Amino acid sequence: MENNVTIDRGILDRKTKIKRFFVKNMVTIMFIILSYIGFHYSGLSVPFFMSELITRFARNGFLVLALIIPVMAGMGLNFAIVLGAMAGQMGIIMVVHWGITGVPGVLLCVLLSTPLAIIFGFLTGKLLNKTKGQEMITSLILGFFANGIYQFIFLILVGSVIPMVNEEMILSSGVGLRVTIALNDTIRYALDDVWRFSFIHTVLIATIIFLIIYAVKLYKMKKGETADAPTDKSKTYFNLGVVVALLAVTLGVMFSESRINDLQVPMITFAIIGVLCLFTYFLSKTKLGQDLRTVGQDRHIAKVSGINSDGIRVLAIVLSTLLAAYGQIIYLQNLGTLSTYGSHEQVGMFAIAALLIGGASVTKATIGQAVLGTILFHTLFIVSPLAGRNLFGDAQLGEYFRAFVAYGVIGLSLAMHAWKKYLQSKDELGM
Amino acid sequence: METANFVLQMKGIGKEYYGTRVLENININLAPGEIHAVLGENGAGKSTLMNILFGMSVIHSTGGFEGEVLINGESANIKSPVEAMEAGIGMVHQEFMLIPEYTITENIKLNREITKPNIFSRLISNKLETLDRIEMNKDAKKALKTLDLNIEEWIKIAGLPVGYMQFVEIAREIDKSNLKVLVFDEPTAVLTESEASNLLDAMRTISSKGIAILFITHRLDEVMEVADNMTVLRDGKLVGVRKKEETSIDELAEMMVGRKINKVEKGTNTIDESVYKLELKNFSVDMPGEKIKGMDLKVRKGEIIGIGGLAGQGKIGVANGVAGLYPSKGEVLIDGTPLPLNNPKESINRRIAFVSEDRRAVGLLLDIGIDMNIAVTAMQNKGGFLKHYGIFSQQDTKAIKEHAEKMRKELDIRCTGVDQPTRRLSGGNQQKVCIARALTLEPEILFVSEPTRGIDVGAKKLVLDTLVKLNQEKGMTIVMTSSELGELRSVCDRIAIINEGKLEGILSPDDSDKDYGLMMAGNYSKKANSGGEVE
Repeated sequence: MENNVTIDRGILDRKTKIKRFFVKNMVTIMFIILSYIGFHYSGLSVPFFMSELITRFARNGFLVLALIIPVMAGMGLNFAIVLGAMAGQMGIIMVVHWGITGVPGVLLCVLLSTPLAIIFGFLTGKLLNKTKGQEMITSLILGFFANGIYQFIFLILVGSVIPMVNEEMILSSGVGLRVTIALNDTIRYALDDVWRFSFIHTVLIATIIFLIIYAVKLYKMKKGETADAPTDKSKTYFNLGVVVALLAVTLGVMFSESRINDLQVPMITFAIIGVLCLFTYFLSKTKLGQDLRTVGQDRHIAKVSGINSDGIRVLAIVLSTLLAAYGQIIYLQNLGTLSTYGSHEQVGMFAIAALLIGGASVTKATIGQAVLGTILFHTLFIVSPLAGRNLFGDAQLGEYFRAFVAYGVIGLSLAMHAWKKYLQSKDELGM
Repeated sequence: METANFVLQMKGIGKEYYGTRVLENININLAPGEIHAVLGENGAGKSTLMNILFGMSVIHSTGGFEGEVLINGESANIKSPVEAMEAGIGMVHQEFMLIPEYTITENIKLNREITKPNIFSRLISNKLETLDRIEMNKDAKKALKTLDLNIEEWIKIAGLPVGYMQFVEIAREIDKSNLKVLVFDEPTAVLTESEASNLLDAMRTISSKGIAILFITHRLDEVMEVADNMTVLRDGKLVGVRKKEETSIDELAEMMVGRKINKVEKGTNTIDESVYKLELKNFSVDMPGEKIKGMDLKVRKGEIIGIGGLAGQGKIGVANGVAGLYPSKGEVLIDGTPLPLNNPKESINRRIAFVSEDRRAVGLLLDIGIDMNIAVTAMQNKGGFLKHYGIFSQQDTKAIKEHAEKMRKELDIRCTGVDQPTRRLSGGNQQKVCIARALTLEPEILFVSEPTRGIDVGAKKLVLDTLVKLNQEKGMTIVMTSSELGELRSVCDRIAIINEGKLEGILSPDDSDKDYGLMMAGNYSKKANSGGEVE
């Protein structure tokens, strides 16, 4: 039998390749341009901007990463991480009430929120299994609904049914929690302040580690010891190039007088985010990860192959909810104020907007996209109010700009993803 | 016979669904390395039999089945597809169970990935073992090599030709080390001829390794080519078991259908020799894969003209061009007046109806009931079945239902009711719905393309009978495109053969096989043109 298939590898001309690259990454490229314009008009100094960005990244990175696993399992963007955030807040409320401070306080928050998040995630997963194909809208509405129950518990039941006496936290009527709860004396900066380390040195160490990883990978590829397709080589070269460029910039900054050299990084928080990245990466390489992806690609085939697809989907949501609970604890310990009825509300929206800006879609999200997306989204968040004021001369306009950015990007990036799909399908048809 | 000689035995299998008997006392014995065909029309019980073999939940949730399944002489109690897999029974599915975004390796090793332990897997769960992609690739390579398939194992499924996908499915099954029985469920239905013959070769290779094959199909010539034994089912009953040497295609077909397949009984039709109903002049159609490059054809009023030819020569393009579905140029005359091209609505208004060769994609709204499928084109184009209220109009549900019932009787559409979604109809009945819709437009010229593709022998005859009846009773001019020459020769008055996008010649049904052969191969044009048949 004569069977030869010609697959287009390397036969595309350079022009098509470049065009495909731009179409594939148009959402991200668009937001990079927007961020640059915004930064330019905001008039912010680079060191100040960087310090803001570091804070915001440490605050939000974990939450964005919590979204990746459900996307792998084909369940779309999990708006129901709001429930995880609520679990985290419930832990915090108890810890603040009992007055436990510092790292033990944070650990206790984690301990308390874990069972809650697992229960919430399990129930969400069960619900989403009943509404297959509409996971995103279901999880969005579920978030709103859960918010109602949350308010009922903390506004009505606390102090009346649930006995709780705490003058600082309870409203003067004796029923219901106050709208804001300060965390200053309890867990604020509990993680961040454990160990702060020079930003530029952290970047230097990180880039060197990545340099070694990619070099080893290339070496293995040359020797043919990996299972990757040969076409993955160019991607590794690209990544290697990015790392080398980053290293060069870092060294350049180090030997300059820039105030970036004075910036500090909350190492423990960053380490936790790093561990989560490693965990997600590790998971994708395991049997469980392969099952998640298989279910995500085709539930029916997964089922016929003997994979418990419903169970895998519940597990994905439980993991996501659990991570969201931890993410919310990290977020609030940095922010320092718990807005009892508001902190969780935007969590889903903002994390999803960030992930989408990074180039992720409803069906595919990677760690890199989450990291890049968080950086871009918060760049826009930092620069847009100032840019708006400087451009239009009105501070109110800047605030408006901020809200516009948050919701606008979700709509815009969803539309751009749809457009991208359309362009790509046209490209495939050779039109 | 000793039971131990058989790898799989199904003894006295029977099944009732809610009081309706669908299988009765079926016995199948399968020896290692045997290719055993299971033949039967749609609805004969083949799929129920396979569902029983694979322990599908549809069987066990409806009260189980009668009889016994033995594997290697031991009674096997298979309750789920996974248990069937563990017992060594594999299936090559008709619709592919492949994930497009995965590589060939990942598909072959689906849920059977090779893993190696790590710290976390030892601590938490073996689900966290890391995939050993290098070993997985080795296994995939081996399976592909067994099938003589020269393709890299890291290529993604998306974009592979259909024939290769089928082979990846087979590679997945033979990669299972305990595979004893492999079921092929109508595997050649979606393949081209050369792909199908490759597949038959692969089946022989697999059986030579001692794996028994159950081959479900209704292509009789393929059965005769590869199968050692055949079991024929009809209406849930076992009609007979034959050895290849002892039987013939004719006998098998007869057993399957239960009545002799005759040439379609043809009465007389009135062909108006003087008038041309349809004329094509220098007609070209840009249909991918089936291009027509300037052909001339004259169709007389009241005749059935066949359009034949090899695949890819353009025969499919003719009807699609006239119906306005693909860009075309040249001249089309209906009753001597020109038809505006590239305008489907105008074609319909000029009383041309088209039954597409692509039944499921172009022909039917699959999730919509039979009644709406029949009425929709007439509603859209002719304002039929509508009640008008000033500027609003509303569909006339009652009239649609009545019309569908009428069509159901006339064309003998077998269904649970006229509101049944067409997706669940058999191929033959789907085809009848397509024809019913075309008839609703009250056409004078009916184009039918591949009317019997993918439908079983009995239904084929009914569809062809219907066409002949329409032609004779209503005087409808019919242009029938088909890849099956025998079919064209049984119903058509004249047969036009298309070669390389042009008319090669026109033959009468009684002309010799040699003439047909020559014309299809493109060696006839000179003779035919001088013969004056092509006017």
